[in-house]
Amino acid sequence: MAVVPLCCAVRDLVHDGDVVALEGFTHLIPYAAGHELIRQGRRDLTLVRMTPDLVYDQLIGMGCARKLVFSWGGNPGVGSLHRLRDAVEHGWPSQLELEEHSHAGMAAAYAAGAANLPFGVLRGYRGGDLPGRTRVAAIACPFTGEALAAVPAHRPDVGIVHAQRADRDGNVQLWGILGVQKETVLASARSIVTVEEVVDELTPMPGATVLPAWVVGAVCVAPGGAHPSYAHGYYDRDNDFYVAWDEISRERESFRAWMERHVLGTTDVTEYHASLARARERA
Amino acid sequence: MSEWTADEMMAVEASRRLRDGSVCFVGIGLPSLAANLARRTHAPGCVLIYESGTIGAKPTELPLSIGDGELAETADSVVPVPEMFAYWLQGGRIDVGFLGAAQIDRFGRLNSTVIGDYDHPRVRLPGGGGAPEIALGVRDVFVMLRQSPRTFVEQLDFVTSLGDRVRVVVTDLGMLEPRDGELTLTRLHPGVTVEEAQEATGWDLRVADDLGESEPPTDAELEVLRSLRTKGSS
Repeated sequence: MAVVPLCCAVRDLVHDGDVVALEGFTHLIPYAAGHELIRQGRRDLTLVRMTPDLVYDQLIGMGCARKLVFSWGGNPGVGSLHRLRDAVEHGWPSQLELEEHSHAGMAAAYAAGAANLPFGVLRGYRGGDLPGRTRVAAIACPFTGEALAAVPAHRPDVGIVHAQRADRDGNVQLWGILGVQKETVLASARSIVTVEEVVDELTPMPGATVLPAWVVGAVCVAPGGAHPSYAHGYYDRDNDFYVAWDEISRERESFRAWMERHVLGTTDVTEYHASLARARERA
Repeated sequence: MSEWTADEMMAVEASRRLRDGSVCFVGIGLPSLAANLARRTHAPGCVLIYESGTIGAKPTELPLSIGDGELAETADSVVPVPEMFAYWLQGGRIDVGFLGAAQIDRFGRLNSTVIGDYDHPRVRLPGGGGAPEIALGVRDVFVMLRQSPRTFVEQLDFVTSLGDRVRVVVTDLGMLEPRDGELTLTRLHPGVTVEEAQEATGWDLRVADDLGESEPPTDAELEVLRSLRTKGSS
């Protein structure tokens, strides 16, 4: 499998109406790929992600999503995701169906998907109002009779993650906080992995995991492609941006203007970063 | 004695309840402040776990998110998220879990999902995240929540997590503990009256016969607290 441009991978692998999971737990969030989905105007997506973060706020606000499957939808340490709230509370820019889980349930569903099992099992979803509002079922342990929860496996059409690097054959290496990235790639029918860089050889790193080229659909180079989240060993989380997003995204007009300028007004991740840099200079 | 803020009093009160060697599931904000204060004062062996999979994190600055890079760099181990919830939380290896919420009721049940009706919410809150399983998977749940009639409610709009293991609720006014199955005011912070606590509660608040008063923060505690600045808050 060769390394391909991100625009081609998104064009060929992601279709309107697909179930798409962009994962990365705070770390390595695939923003460049999310922006490419927005530029190519994907519609009616079912977006799956534990922590929607700003990337799904952007996709939802730009009208790409029909449904959201998630477990925690806030701006970490800052507050609300205003575009997500506007969609749920006011149907802007369109109605958004929710399928809500707990973190433990989402993690079990991804692990089950990766294992090609129909459901994940956990000691969870007990009591409270969530079980009545989501896809979960009570099952009995066949050996002890203990009541457990079953969550249907996540089997996205497309799984998208960001990683530190790949070699020229498309073997992908990532390290640091690994979230559910490996599970997402393995659970999905197709996958796209964006990377900071392509190297001749993958030097072993502490705690690193490697996704062999033969389980990855497409590898695309997107330096800085996790911004404003981070890529361990490459750049830090842009915490100031997460704080600033609260203001940018609060109103529909300021959100649209920002997206038009920095995402729709650019063709790739390099132009996106140049656009942000110009805005910073003027500030 | 120095002056202190209500948030500082909350962090100090919660911190003092963490024992040295406790394994704690920590959230961002006040819980992170309390746990890091404990680790720097009376409980240096306190193990901080953030749900991003960082076990034994020792941040020098408070993280803005539960997945900041420094947590991974300083952790004893970094595990994938499915392992975090399955092996470590569900595995029964965590002593204390901190939770916050938008609403709490007299049974220690929490709402962090919606204000209003679920299908047509007035306010869509972030949701439960790790809370539903933390609430039942750790030995002791500590809740940290500012007290007002909007947060301490007679009836939750949505039950996100259960209160079975809530051992203490630390507020900006004092502390509540379950007595005979109902949260009861057991301690007031210095300068706060019973009436103020009752007015800030949306149900008829029970007051313990042995109601006590919190020890004010010490200068040493305040010094550590104020050295713990949050990343990205510059």
